[in-house]
Amino acid sequence: MEALAQALRGALDLIASGDRALVEIVGLSLEVSLSAVVFATLLGLPLGAGIAIGRFPGRRAVVILLNALMGLPPVVVGLFVYLMLSRAGPLGALGLLFTPPAMVIAQSILILPIIAALCRQAVEDAWIEYEEQLRSLGARGAGAALTLVWDIRYSLVTAVLAGLGRASAEVGAVMIVGGNIDGVTRVMTTTIALETSKGDLPLALSLGIVLIVLVIALNAIAHLVKDAAQRRYG
Amino acid sequence: MTAAGRILPLALREACFAAGGRAIIDRISVEIAAGPSTMILGANGAGKSVLMRLMHGLLAPSAGEVAWSDPDPERQRRLQAMVFQRPVLLRRSALANIVYALKVARVACAERERLAAEALESVGLAHLAQRPARVLSGGEQQRLALARAWALHPEVLFLDEPTASLDPSATREIERVIQAFDAAGTKIIMATHNLGQVRRLGDEVLFIHQGRLVERAPVEQFFSRPASPEAASFVKGELPWK
Repeated sequence: MEALAQALRGALDLIASGDRALVEIVGLSLEVSLSAVVFATLLGLPLGAGIAIGRFPGRRAVVILLNALMGLPPVVVGLFVYLMLSRAGPLGALGLLFTPPAMVIAQSILILPIIAALCRQAVEDAWIEYEEQLRSLGARGAGAALTLVWDIRYSLVTAVLAGLGRASAEVGAVMIVGGNIDGVTRVMTTTIALETSKGDLPLALSLGIVLIVLVIALNAIAHLVKDAAQRRYG
Repeated sequence: MTAAGRILPLALREACFAAGGRAIIDRISVEIAAGPSTMILGANGAGKSVLMRLMHGLLAPSAGEVAWSDPDPERQRRLQAMVFQRPVLLRRSALANIVYALKVARVACAERERLAAEALESVGLAHLAQRPARVLSGGEQQRLALARAWALHPEVLFLDEPTASLDPSATREIERVIQAFDAAGTKIIMATHNLGQVRRLGDEVLFIHQGRLVERAPVEQFFSRPASPEAASFVKGELPWK
């Protein structure tokens, strides 16, 4: 019990003093995960909307696959990206392994199915309501999909946020492709894993606290945005 | 409306629609010409809504044919509009909803605002132009849906029980707007089960019973001398509620 209290005091001290290592790690974490969210959103929303509205052979299989990929194990994604980026791999020449861009790639792949699948569900539900009206007006294909996505944009915040939550909380993928190199590719989750096994509990705990506060804050913001939009636009 | 743009008359030849092995529309043949407003009348489940959707092109007949006099699908689509029982409005302002419809219909950009404002004016919603469409009252939303259809200046306007979920005063407002569109020369084709509404708005009746067209008659004749027993009992059964 005493050890826990001591670790907690140490953690709060670190946060309060704005420890440089701590700030750097938090900064890199945010940079990597937010970049991954941007890429996965840019690809995932059109992909999800396209599958929601498109009628093509094998659509059911694609939907099932996409939903299944939401549970993609981070370490497997990490391994896959590692194989692609390793010196002997097809993209080895880029020299990206053990750099932040490699971590962004891995996290983007990890959360792309989450954002796409949640977007597909939201757009498909809305399409049931809008379809006849939009077809009656003459909106079709990509135009209709775009209208729909824009109209439910505040619901899609939830999909994007689920992606961000997953990216910032995962450890397996960034550990493998980033290598957890001090000052270069060390992020919150990998540091927590490492420092815990080394016994530096205050640093691990302080990062854990920051991580949880960030996740709660982001969710609160998204909730408020959605609420305000609901009141404003109905 | 230029003569070159005409798509009426609309002809259904032995049109059928089946779903799940059940015939919902059963061999309906009818020709609908410009001019008198046409009321599609029938009980709930008679097939009124499905018939309208076949006419409007939202559903394809499972057998038979639905044909406009103009074979160009683009013009067919452009010259008809539909207002649904429950209006589906986009999460943007009332004005922007109409501008959107005009944009999809490829109306020149410079014209859109003006036409949209005119349409809002014609349904008495000009003062709510900037209000988000989805927070308007039920009656206002339906009037906005009418304005959106009207802004396209369609030759044919389909109305699927547009007052079914509205209170009496909102219903009167909607009927006033429909009458104005009718007077301006738009062909009105409206599904309803409300006999009072048929009398107020209709010139002729298509009476649908169990997916079949049982009777077609001018409104006065339909009420005073219904030719089929089904229509006679419908008129009698419904009259106390009109």
